[in-house]
Amino acid sequence: MTRGVIIRNGRIVDPSQDLDRETDLLIEDGKVVAIGHDLGNAGCTIDATGWLVLPGLVDMHVELREPGFEEDEVIHTGTAAALAGGFTTIACLPSTDPPVDTQAGVEFILHQAQRANHCHVAVLASVSKGREGEQLAEIGSLVAAGAIGFTDAPLPIHNAELMRRALQYCRMFDRLILNRPRVIELTRNGIMHEGLVSTLLGLPGLPVEAEDVMTSRDVRLAEATGGRVHLMSLSSEGSVELVRRAKARGVAVTADVSPSHIAFGDEELRSFDPNFKLDPPLRSRNHLEACIEGLVDGTIDCIASAHAPRASEKKMLELDMAPFGAIGLETALATVNSRLIETGHLSWSDAVAKLSTNPARILGLEHKGSLAVGADGDVTLVDPHADWVVNPHIFQSKSSNTPFSGCELRGQVMSTIVGGQLRCSVAAESRIDGSTGGLVRR
Amino acid sequence: MSLEMTDALPDRSAWTQRHLLDLESLSAEEITLILDTADHFKELTDGCRRKISVLVGCTCCNLFFENSTRTRTSFSLAARRLGADTVEFSSSESSVSKGESFIDTAKTLEAMNVDVMVVRHATPGAPHLLAQHLDCSVVSAGDGPHEHPTQGLLDILTIRQHRGDLAGLTVALVGDISHSRTARSNIWALKKLGAHVIVCGPSTLVSPFWEEVGVEVAYDLDEILPRCDVLNLLRIQFERQITRPFPSVREYALLYAMTSERMRLAKSDILITAPGPINRGVEITSEVADGPHSVILDQVTNGLAIRMAVLWLVGGGRNEVYR
Repeated sequence: MTRGVIIRNGRIVDPSQDLDRETDLLIEDGKVVAIGHDLGNAGCTIDATGWLVLPGLVDMHVELREPGFEEDEVIHTGTAAALAGGFTTIACLPSTDPPVDTQAGVEFILHQAQRANHCHVAVLASVSKGREGEQLAEIGSLVAAGAIGFTDAPLPIHNAELMRRALQYCRMFDRLILNRPRVIELTRNGIMHEGLVSTLLGLPGLPVEAEDVMTSRDVRLAEATGGRVHLMSLSSEGSVELVRRAKARGVAVTADVSPSHIAFGDEELRSFDPNFKLDPPLRSRNHLEACIEGLVDGTIDCIASAHAPRASEKKMLELDMAPFGAIGLETALATVNSRLIETGHLSWSDAVAKLSTNPARILGLEHKGSLAVGADGDVTLVDPHADWVVNPHIFQSKSSNTPFSGCELRGQVMSTIVGGQLRCSVAAESRIDGSTGGLVRR
Repeated sequence: MSLEMTDALPDRSAWTQRHLLDLESLSAEEITLILDTADHFKELTDGCRRKISVLVGCTCCNLFFENSTRTRTSFSLAARRLGADTVEFSSSESSVSKGESFIDTAKTLEAMNVDVMVVRHATPGAPHLLAQHLDCSVVSAGDGPHEHPTQGLLDILTIRQHRGDLAGLTVALVGDISHSRTARSNIWALKKLGAHVIVCGPSTLVSPFWEEVGVEVAYDLDEILPRCDVLNLLRIQFERQITRPFPSVREYALLYAMTSERMRLAKSDILITAPGPINRGVEITSEVADGPHSVILDQVTNGLAIRMAVLWLVGGGRNEVYR
């Protein structure tokens, strides 16, 4: 019997090679070696009848919180949550204490990820020293340590001069700058989207202009410097339109949205539940629809979870005290299915492009986001018809701050394979035959 | 002491709410029931002076996370007029800086067998959050700029006592609408009772979004004044503003202060109300505040009556009245 994993009878959806059909997939030595029928036997056989076989999902926007905020998440739990959500590669933000602005910081995260042995972790390091938004961090050294992109997120890169220099400087290393656009002066004390609902509730507003003004700035700076900018968690009609026009001009700008922002509007804040306090804020219907339109026409390249775990003792406070953010790794795929695919906005192939192929390409991750022969053996198996009710208390993430609590979603990640090893599975035992590598059964 | 008839008070079986968190979620009937109950209590207590024992055995806790003199005193006195026990807790510091979350503080007090928790907090929704975590009744005594339900009710009780039916009246709320919880409570209750509501003030403090819920938005006080039956003059909430939304107090007073000169533009029977504390010379001059159209002190007495009514309704008070 040969080594490796064979996945039989699944529907392989891989936009990187324009593939969408029922067939078998063979992985050996951690790589995809063949697609088709009659591939012989392998050490492990998975019966994927009725399931989707997707290139492992890639999330470019995750907070892992270690070191410094271990009460929220540690790398072990964050990467376990990624596996449970079908993500085989995640890019983590430097929102740690100390922030990831040194080689040692990058290496620590990579080391912890290796120990956890769950999914691949790519490091997004601080643009600025101390993540203080003033001076450039040692970008060259950080690249040498393995940083794949630079951001101060979830804080915006507020200083326009720093942003300009960072875009210029990163060109030398062909690295991406990621920014969460938000003008600070326009958002001090803000809690929710400024609009009718904030007016009625008396909650301080976060106006859309705060996002649009910085999106506009970043687009112009990318255009002027020739640098690459990725705008994270876009949420406004104006920003989507700015990116659409910039792309038409050929500016190297890309963007993502989070599933929460296409699933919920600002009216959710009527419950005063801090789990709906997000940055950017949940916006009104027209903005939500503009984001969906941006996904449909390709203006928005990616869907990223914006996973922001926060311990309940910090989050379940008065709305002004509660921090922004929500976890998202374990609900992202089902939300995309329930709110975008089942509703007819996106096909599975479109969705996989946004959740895997595009983020891998934008982050420069070779051999990821694809199931072409030679690609890494990272695979996500999904039952698209399984309905489930969100209960954050059984999630792998250490935190439970999700706006989806109690929501019924359709589409469940059944198994996640990383480098040819079945790392996480909720599939019935009868589906899996043979040695499974480092399996974590949920 | 003698036992008096139970029909002196309205039928409280029509009241089904455990909490009073805001007026937006009440029906016109529920608002009217509170107003009627307050009228009864005012009469039964000779203008809120005497004590009646309809809430004996009930413990009301004033949980104030924001400075307050008048509202806290009014709730305390109202509870004691009904024979309830009162517990006071106030802290102007944020709960987090004390190391205990405000939910834990409230739970600790609740464990001392509190039946009604009266909560004042600087953050919108704080009473709603507490209502989810506590088993006792929660009454909002103001949550940041969101709502101040008993203030809205006492304003409307005062108008009703002077004008009868609210339907068809034009009521203008003037001043800092953005940061005013009084404005929001008034808007919902006035609209439910059929009044026409105008919000008027500087464009930086009056959101055009109000039009979407059927409220008239105006920036020129002199233009609307001839149409108004009632003015409610709101204080400028300097403490809630980060950058000042108008150039100077002087300029604000020029545009929006209710002065004797402006009174000449108004209807001859206009009613002047203000939630207080009033800033004489800013939103209102002394001649107007102390003049014949002002009902500002009536409002204070009515505040007691409203709070008695609310505590009695949510506290599950008896209908037998001991004298």
